[in-house]
Amino acid sequence: MIRDYFRVLKVDLASGRGQVVTLEGRDQVAGGSGLAALIYQKFGKPAAPWDDPEQPLIFAIGPLTGYFPLMSKTVLGFKSPYHDQYAESHAGGRSAVALRFADLDALVISGKAARPSFLSVGSRHLEVQDAHYLWGMEVQAVGKYLRRKQRGSGHRSILRIGPAGEQGSAMACINVDTYRHFGRLGGGGAMGAKNLKAIVIQGDGNFPLPEDRGYAKLFAEVHQQLTQTKMMQKYHNLGTPINMAVLNDIQALPIRNLKETSAPDIAGITGERFAEDTLLRNMACSGCPVGCIHLGFVRERFHADHRYYFRQVSYDHEPIFAVGAMLGVTDCFQVLDLIDVTEKMGLDVMSAGVALAWAAEATEKGVISEKETIMPLTFGNAKNFETALRHLGHGTNDFFRLLAQGAGKAAAHYGGQDYACVLGQEMGGYATGEVFFVSQALGFRHSHLDSGGYSYDQKHEDRDVDQALNFLVKDEEGRVLLTSMVSCLFAREVYKEELLADCLKSLGYETLAGQLPELSRRVQKLRWQTRLATGFNPASISIPKRFTEVTTWKGKVDGDFLTELKNAYGQHILKLAQEGA
Amino acid sequence: MKILTAPRMERCIGCHSCSLACAREVHQRLSWDTAGIRIHSSGGLSTGFEAITCLACLPAPCALACPTGAYSQRKGGGVIVRKKLCIRCGACAAACPVDAVYLDPEGEPFVCLHCGKCVPFCPHDCLEMKESEAKPASAGSAPEAATEAVL
Repeated sequence: MIRDYFRVLKVDLASGRGQVVTLEGRDQVAGGSGLAALIYQKFGKPAAPWDDPEQPLIFAIGPLTGYFPLMSKTVLGFKSPYHDQYAESHAGGRSAVALRFADLDALVISGKAARPSFLSVGSRHLEVQDAHYLWGMEVQAVGKYLRRKQRGSGHRSILRIGPAGEQGSAMACINVDTYRHFGRLGGGGAMGAKNLKAIVIQGDGNFPLPEDRGYAKLFAEVHQQLTQTKMMQKYHNLGTPINMAVLNDIQALPIRNLKETSAPDIAGITGERFAEDTLLRNMACSGCPVGCIHLGFVRERFHADHRYYFRQVSYDHEPIFAVGAMLGVTDCFQVLDLIDVTEKMGLDVMSAGVALAWAAEATEKGVISEKETIMPLTFGNAKNFETALRHLGHGTNDFFRLLAQGAGKAAAHYGGQDYACVLGQEMGGYATGEVFFVSQALGFRHSHLDSGGYSYDQKHEDRDVDQALNFLVKDEEGRVLLTSMVSCLFAREVYKEELLADCLKSLGYETLAGQLPELSRRVQKLRWQTRLATGFNPASISIPKRFTEVTTWKGKVDGDFLTELKNAYGQHILKLAQEGA
Repeated sequence: MKILTAPRMERCIGCHSCSLACAREVHQRLSWDTAGIRIHSSGGLSTGFEAITCLACLPAPCALACPTGAYSQRKGGGVIVRKKLCIRCGACAAACPVDAVYLDPEGEPFVCLHCGKCVPFCPHDCLEMKESEAKPASAGSAPEAATEAVL
């Protein structure tokens, strides 16, 4: 619904009841990232730990969600079990459009259910139901049960956690509609701490559109740009895995726990190889005609008499890098097997893969042994990694429980901190150089998506701190605007500021449209201020030695430049947060 | 007369662009429900999608069931809808053998008018406007009405 305020449903799991809250601030924060931070400031408990029952889980959409193509993402704002600070994680699937049609700008969940439960909301209902029979169940199975139990096939979103989330794992994701995720920073653990196994959002409302034809005309133009031009081809053709070969060619792919940045055996897990050998079909998030979701198949023979079953597994660059290249697993079907197990466990595949890569190197170096890992972990041994992922998901022993809190925490206990590939959280799939390493280490989400540091590294050979700093800050500012609308970042070349303003105007958001530069700077500051209020200190983030040992096509990483840029960016973040107060 | 068909649904990626286009272009609504074509997963996301839309029956059971003439037979199959005559009884939805009529919470019916406005929004060419091959069934007949789609 087009409105100049926010309509928020605040659910208390303890009582099973909710309250519709009206919040002002549309013109100040727009929605998405801005709205989540605004709500956390209002309802969050900055000083309380992440698993305090009153900590809210905030699912927020933006003013353009559902109204334009690729405005298809939901922002989750929460206090993270990974670092016990305010965090964001983003997901697509049907979640954003379902929230729109449930007539909610945000769904806020606080309290802790007395027993395992699931929440079902829509434009005309709210229920907290017993889900003890789903507790312990793997992610796909939960989806199938809820699919049967709840109405609205195709027009609803089913969010659920697996065993990892139930354990309070800091690398537990929230699975969205089988193939998408609120992946990073432990949103699944935060959900598990609330005894909340699943959320079903029924998108069963509908709304009038502006009466003049301007909106529909603009929609058609944007749709055409996104589908008729070559601009989005890379996302639906090979998809993000195209990066595997590209990065390998320029010595910028993290391989075998970042001991290498290029290797011949990567040929077995390139985007081209996945597409030719495993690609079954594509899928899309609701409201997105691009269809970037790539589903590969794994066929398994379970009987001598040619009896098979098959599974469909979504793949992208990041999962392939994390459980493929980083673990030295270079067969695409084995990689799909490993991704599939992380899906079942409800683990963030990036953190899980990178954490196991640390464990494999720590095993090599004799820092840990089978006493901790239960079975030997060696690079390339996919079968053992598959078992290890299950142990990681279930938290089988002290070692796996600690590893599930982050590779850095395990390394601090067992040793091997120099080669724990952690940049705020386990690294993304880019060993492009100093700017990316700093961008993830200090980025708001500790994500490769906070700003395009990986891209900057590939375009600049110079090591100019001011220039790099300016890029990181400005790029983050631009992305914050998109994540407040809430756009998929794949559309960032289409949704420039001018087009965003036109889209907002066509829906009647005139004031908002007229102040987008101010808005993005405001939200950028608001987010940092919210983060700092929960304990973030840029100076406390260290970049492990391994990152300074990396050699890319530009040569060896420059440790001095890395440190200078990190310090400068850290100082700038403190300034932004201060201005946001 | 042409009718909307969905001959290549195995290509569907579940983006809902068609439903959103129908709601937007034909009914001036933001919705994936109040549309003449609606996409559902067929037995879970892992098994693809199906389009719920009018099959252009001739005669159309929904038109035969309509007590006020709000639904009347369209040449070549399907119906012409005059919303002003509709009393929200829901008989059309009950009569449709393929659940193609959606009733919104107030009981307002939405069904495909075979206008084809959704077709260009499908990124995978799943949909197609085709010349109707339907021949009137021998039993039953619905009142013939104007050829223009009227809302």
